[in-house]
Amino acid sequence: MSTVLAVLRKDLRLELRTFETLPAMALFSLSTFVIFHFGFNQAAIAGQLAAGVLTVTLLFAALLGAGRLFVAEREQGGFDAFLLAPVDRNALLVAKAVAMFIFLAVLEVIAVPAFGLLLLGPPLGPRLPGLIAVLALADLGLAVIGTFVSAIAIQTRARDLIAPIIGLPLLIPALIATARAAGPLLAAHGSGSPPTKWIAILALYDVVFALIAYAVFDYLLED
Amino acid sequence: MTTFGRGLRTLVLATVLTIIVALALVFFYAPLDADQGFIQKIFYLHVPLAIVSLCGFVFGGLLAIGHLRTRNRAWDMRSYVAIHMALIFGVGGLITGSIWAKASWGHWWDWSDPTLTSFLIVLLLFATYQPLRFSIEDPERQARYASVFAVVAAAFVPLNFIAVRLAQQFVHPRILTLGGGNLPGSMRLTFLVSLLGMALLYATLWKYEMTAKNARIQVRRLRRSLLGDDSVRPLGRSAAPS
Repeated sequence: MSTVLAVLRKDLRLELRTFETLPAMALFSLSTFVIFHFGFNQAAIAGQLAAGVLTVTLLFAALLGAGRLFVAEREQGGFDAFLLAPVDRNALLVAKAVAMFIFLAVLEVIAVPAFGLLLLGPPLGPRLPGLIAVLALADLGLAVIGTFVSAIAIQTRARDLIAPIIGLPLLIPALIATARAAGPLLAAHGSGSPPTKWIAILALYDVVFALIAYAVFDYLLED
Repeated sequence: MTTFGRGLRTLVLATVLTIIVALALVFFYAPLDADQGFIQKIFYLHVPLAIVSLCGFVFGGLLAIGHLRTRNRAWDMRSYVAIHMALIFGVGGLITGSIWAKASWGHWWDWSDPTLTSFLIVLLLFATYQPLRFSIEDPERQARYASVFAVVAAAFVPLNFIAVRLAQQFVHPRILTLGGGNLPGSMRLTFLVSLLGMALLYATLWKYEMTAKNARIQVRRLRRSLLGDDSVRPLGRSAAPS
């Protein structure tokens, strides 16, 4: 536990001092909203279309951030130092996933209001509690899969290519569930609560992949 | 000296025989479908291809667990060959499915069919197996990472099917339901024989590829010990384990 906290504190401090990943993710999201506006040629969108735009934007921003997750470890010898330390290796997975989750939460604090302002037709306010619940579950999946894919891709020659091509198909079920759960929320006369079925699928996805990633992460870290 | 091809001949004979019987059943025994006519017979090719391909992916994942547990690279090679073959079967399944969709629904692709859609997603995921291997240079790490990927991707298969199926309405004829389905007996017999033939074909190809790889490794080892290290050409940047 203390290892997790130590690595997490290191990552957050690194981000606070360099401001490298989060501003990039936020700017990427804003530019994507602008592109969607011109792509659809619509001033305001609602319902399933809005949910899709939001989900896809956050998904790509997450992949962008995940690509940076292990770069410092790789370039500065952090992996070797971590392996030399007599600590549980899964602590690295947990710490990185928590860091990724925090990045995504901060990103959404910026990107969701911007989305409400720029693209969303119906007012954001009453939909916010439901949306936060859906996005929290989605972030969990994005953080776990993002960390796992990033840990695989960092050791490959073409790491910028490998991370998205593995990550996207792996995240499709989460994307389906998130978009479907958020669709009714963002509809013009939507109800305030997201559909239970999709929340359950999203939660199932999170749990299953968190367990799998925890089970296999050891093997990515030994040499 | 070990012989790698043991049992291969029996397997080939069984495969050829089963496929001949399956084809005979398909064309001469199974009745013509009432509304789809002759094109419905592609069902006996498409569904076995898809089922065998999915089982092959999961099989590859299970073999990869063997590699992670034992650290024996032979398991990694088995897993690689299993996934490689399943990919080929999968592309075949996708193409025949598309032809069937065009013939019976009028479109080459139908998003409202969950089986076809989830199959595409699984195929897209497993298609990254080889690029992943290919971009890791160290052979030991390559085997380890590929195995980790195979395990995760195999676990992904059922979850993906659940998610996609729930997302759409049923269009595909639900033929092999637990309750026995609505397939007439003659069609079911034909289908099961076709499935068996396809599974045997997969097993034969897997075994054949394993035999070829093992033989090649042994030849290299013998050449190296008899003629010296210079007599063996370097493997180069091969993505395949050998």
